[in-house]
Amino acid sequence: MRARKFANNTVLILIGLVWLVIAGAPFYFMAMTGFKERFELFSGDVFAFPQNPTFTNYNEVLTGGTFFNYVKNSVLIVAVAVVLILIFSSMAAYVFARMKFKLNRPLFTLIIAGLVIPVHITLIPVYLFTRDIGLYDSLWGLLGPYVAFNLPLSIFILTEFMRGIPREMEEAAYIDGCGPVRSFVRIMLPLSMPGLATLAIYNSVVLWNEFVFAFVLITSPSNQPLPLAIWEYQGQYSMNIPAIMSVLTLSALPLILIYMAGQEKVLRGMMAGALK
Amino acid sequence: MAARETTWTIILFLLPTLVFLSIFVIWPIVSSFRLSFFEWDGINPVKDPVGLDNWSRLIHDGIFWKAFRNNLTVVTLSLAVQMPIGMGLAILLEQGEKLFIFKIFKTVYFFPMLMSSVAIGILFKYVYDPIFGIINPALEAVGLEAWTRSWLGDTGVALYAVIAVICWQYIPFYMILFLAALRGIPEDLRDAALMDGATEPRYYRSIALPLVQGTLRTAMILSLIGSLKYFDLIWVMTEGGPSNASELMATYMYKKAFPSFEMGYGSAVASAMFIIVMVIALVMQSLTSRFETEV
Repeated sequence: MRARKFANNTVLILIGLVWLVIAGAPFYFMAMTGFKERFELFSGDVFAFPQNPTFTNYNEVLTGGTFFNYVKNSVLIVAVAVVLILIFSSMAAYVFARMKFKLNRPLFTLIIAGLVIPVHITLIPVYLFTRDIGLYDSLWGLLGPYVAFNLPLSIFILTEFMRGIPREMEEAAYIDGCGPVRSFVRIMLPLSMPGLATLAIYNSVVLWNEFVFAFVLITSPSNQPLPLAIWEYQGQYSMNIPAIMSVLTLSALPLILIYMAGQEKVLRGMMAGALK
Repeated sequence: MAARETTWTIILFLLPTLVFLSIFVIWPIVSSFRLSFFEWDGINPVKDPVGLDNWSRLIHDGIFWKAFRNNLTVVTLSLAVQMPIGMGLAILLEQGEKLFIFKIFKTVYFFPMLMSSVAIGILFKYVYDPIFGIINPALEAVGLEAWTRSWLGDTGVALYAVIAVICWQYIPFYMILFLAALRGIPEDLRDAALMDGATEPRYYRSIALPLVQGTLRTAMILSLIGSLKYFDLIWVMTEGGPSNASELMATYMYKKAFPSFEMGYGSAVASAMFIIVMVIALVMQSLTSRFETEV
């Protein structure tokens, strides 16, 4: 019995290692290459450890002056968008979860239908609109599409969440003279914190990596969020692969570190994205 | 009094959502359809009404249909690869739960999901690179020199090379989703099955898989709809090339609308894409709901 268990574990670990290589090798290649000298790639084995590990590439990216500006842009737009998404979606979810009115079901269905809409159909009109209102090539031009496209899923998840909160507390509050707004702020919001946290993480991951709208709506390097900047770096360093790899490593690092710190929360956030 | 307050709450609380969705989703959809009946470069104030010209051009546009077929290939292969491997890995992680090393496995397995598609696209462009990459040397190392090639430059394999990356990127997502579903099954069921003499594989086949059917269905719909909308990764890796070999509806739409300034035709492509995705979503919806009532 024990021997069988040992054999089983060995097989499990072997299979596990195979996938570890598949999932991890590109990351190893990326991080390692970042430490290589520019021309080392032409000579040595690509898997080899760098001959003279150098921080030049990482250094160049970090001190080049622009990288932190991109990070700042990304943090700013993601933070503002996520806060707005959470506020608007919790308000809407509260209405859908608790208020009885004729349009409840139809409106909810209409909003949820937004989940399958390909962003590409909106790209041209949103581009023209952004240009017309003078927000083209501004970080803030991204706010509208970022908020709008992430509302449906957030509303869906929060509505489900709020339906699961027992009504007794609100009823008690109602008897004590609490109106709907007060009971939303005092009771529903605090009780929805776990759901809101999950959605905050999920939306942050999605928006941190968003590319299409940034690509269409922004040109000036100083206004670019990180994913678009990576794309530009690629052109700038096209002949210097180790430098590009260090950019990629640095851009992936924040999310990987956050993930390692709060794995369970991130996973719950990602799964929330998958609905029920 | 209370009723009026409630009415006002409903209106005010829904207002921000409805405003944002109207401006950035609903109105643009209408506007795209409207623009598809014009010829316009997006700059000149005058738009030429051309009736159904853009649409008849679309019907006869071989590249669009090629992009559509490529999208279907992406859908099929994504489903065929991501679902079984995702489930296999979920079972593997569940089985290895008690071994410490699986904590590390699980952490690393999820990494691809945290990288942006742009970064992944650039990374794999170099992974596939015939000179600096890691695929060719790896093949040579195991004696498969004959298989080495310029992966993204070969019209016969470019699309598949990109699909492999899409799978690499999304398998962790399905893995975690399935793992959560498997863990949601009450322990008693497994214990009872094992007590009755079922083997672990038998437990998964006869008990676990049927129980996570709902999640499996959700995953398939997500993968399907997602596959019809791919843009970032393809754009970064191949821009749809070589000679449209990896063109998708979204990349084609972008090319027509932006670099070539054909806003009218681009809108027609976008609208067609919208129709296709909506029809497929509706069919899936009615199929799965019928399925659900049968079960």
